[in-house]
Amino acid sequence: MDRTEDYIIEVRDLTVKYGDRAVLEGINFKVRRGETFVILGGSGCGKSTLLRNLVGLMRPYSGQILINGQDFTAMSDERRVEARKRMGMCFQGSALFNSMTLADNVALPLREHTRLNESTIEIMTKIKLELVGLSGYEDFLPAELSGGMKKRAGLARAMAMDPEVIFYDEPSAGLDPIVAAGLDTLIRKMQNTFNLTSVVVTHELASVRLIADVVCMLKSGRIVELGTIAQLEASENPFVRQFFERRPEDEGGQSSEYIHAVTGLE
Amino acid sequence: MQRYLGWLGRITLNALFALGRVCVLIADTFHWLLLAPIRGQGLRVRSTVEHFVEYGVHSLPIVSLICFLVGAIMAMQASYQLARFGATIFIANLVGVAAIREMAPLLTAVLITGRSGSAIAAEIGTMKVSEEIDALKVMGLNPTKFLVVPKFLGMLLAVPCLTILSTFIMIAGGYCLTTGVLGIDSERYIEQTSKALVMKDLVTGLTKSVFFAIVICLVGVYRGFQVEGGAEGVGRQTTSSVVTSLFLIIVVDLVFTTIFYFA
Ligand SMILES: Nc1ncnc2c1ncn2[C@@H]1O[C@H](COP(=O)(O)OP(=O)(O)OP(=O)(O)O)[C@@H](O)[C@H]1O
Ligand SMILES: [Mg+2]
Repeated sequence: MDRTEDYIIEVRDLTVKYGDRAVLEGINFKVRRGETFVILGGSGCGKSTLLRNLVGLMRPYSGQILINGQDFTAMSDERRVEARKRMGMCFQGSALFNSMTLADNVALPLREHTRLNESTIEIMTKIKLELVGLSGYEDFLPAELSGGMKKRAGLARAMAMDPEVIFYDEPSAGLDPIVAAGLDTLIRKMQNTFNLTSVVVTHELASVRLIADVVCMLKSGRIVELGTIAQLEASENPFVRQFFERRPEDEGGQSSEYIHAVTGLE
Repeated sequence: MQRYLGWLGRITLNALFALGRVCVLIADTFHWLLLAPIRGQGLRVRSTVEHFVEYGVHSLPIVSLICFLVGAIMAMQASYQLARFGATIFIANLVGVAAIREMAPLLTAVLITGRSGSAIAAEIGTMKVSEEIDALKVMGLNPTKFLVVPKFLGMLLAVPCLTILSTFIMIAGGYCLTTGVLGIDSERYIEQTSKALVMKDLVTGLTKSVFFAIVICLVGVYRGFQVEGGAEGVGRQTTSSVVTSLFLIIVVDLVFTTIFYFA
């Protein structure tokens, strides 16, 4: 039952460094076709860095990233462009092109990568915007939208080429709970309707419970736990427990230590 | 002493890295400008035209006005000396030659640096900060092809065209002042100007303007891609794009003036 074709992404022994500092070390995981894979972890643990490696915006120091069985890190540029046409990404800050209208933003990949005629592109753009609940906003500029609308527009643009896999960087960060829940539902809907694979980076427990099939928990650049949400909830790992119970970091306890840290006095 | 040496080494190293990045940028730009279209990977014609209009057509009013005024100023300054020898007709020579060989190309380049070079740096820098450059890459669109080459081509067309126009306008500025204020016969002035100018003067001016265009665009692009951090990074690199660009324009000017002086 565990055939390689079932997996769309496979990461082997990934190590990533900024300068001399290893930010990710010995990362191994597989993402099954059609599932929602959540990368969970505290601030600064390397989630965005991991995502940047998965989409090829960064070269890893060592290790392999297989997308559909092909090593993404060792591809020629032409092949990488081909591979990228089949993935989409939603950025943390949505990264819409500010000089273009929403419709042009969504249509851009279609115009650049396909030979469809303009009226077809227009229809496809309308469909994608409809899908994320933004029909009627075709001629708006990104600056004229709210944060939640921008995120949804980013998703519409990521969906433009009908990708197999979508990467989300913190889709619900900075949004109010209702809008955030709406976005989670949207991610679910995309997965169900198009059999999309989703890789979602987040630190919001509520949205993890809603969307995750598999959760991968990172701490300081290492995987501490990998499994379904139920497995994580039952985990014995102290860090996972702390995260799920939302307990703060231990205060270092001793006030003398604190005084020493601040003043340097014994 | 040791600290001084370390500092010197660091500066040298940074300069070498910067030089490397500049070379990569130039190679990449020319790859997507010349090689890629031949291989059928396309050139963004519409975007190029838009940039040409933005850099060229939209800066016409300000460039014209300033060149006209500078032409008049040059005529006045020339007359200050030449009138003493009763040689005011040679204002035509002075203004004509100075405009076509030096002042029109230089002034146009300086104005375009302030107007468009800084805008290029700010635009690319902002796109970098807001992850738009990354978004392009993830979509499989090459930022050099998509952003740099249209700007480069637009600039390469706009600056020489503007230079030709501003040369005429500058000479016209001198003409208006000399004939209108100093009372020199209009036909004699025109005749004197056309006698003074030769083809080589135009070649000199246009050669310079082509290299000015390359400098303005590449400095703007380079500074834009250098942006790190947020809005204040954009501001810093935009400022330094103008300073770097002005400095390099003067250096290029010196080099080509020397070459054409001896050639
Ligand atoms: N360009 C960079 N140069 C050097 N170090 C970096 C760079 N970008 C990130 N880092 C470091 O890498 C580590 C991981 O950063 P990353 O952005 O991946 O964190 P994250 O898990 O996405 O955090 P957040 O939840 O706050 O977005 C951080 O400690 C950060 O200091
Ligand atoms: Mg992040």
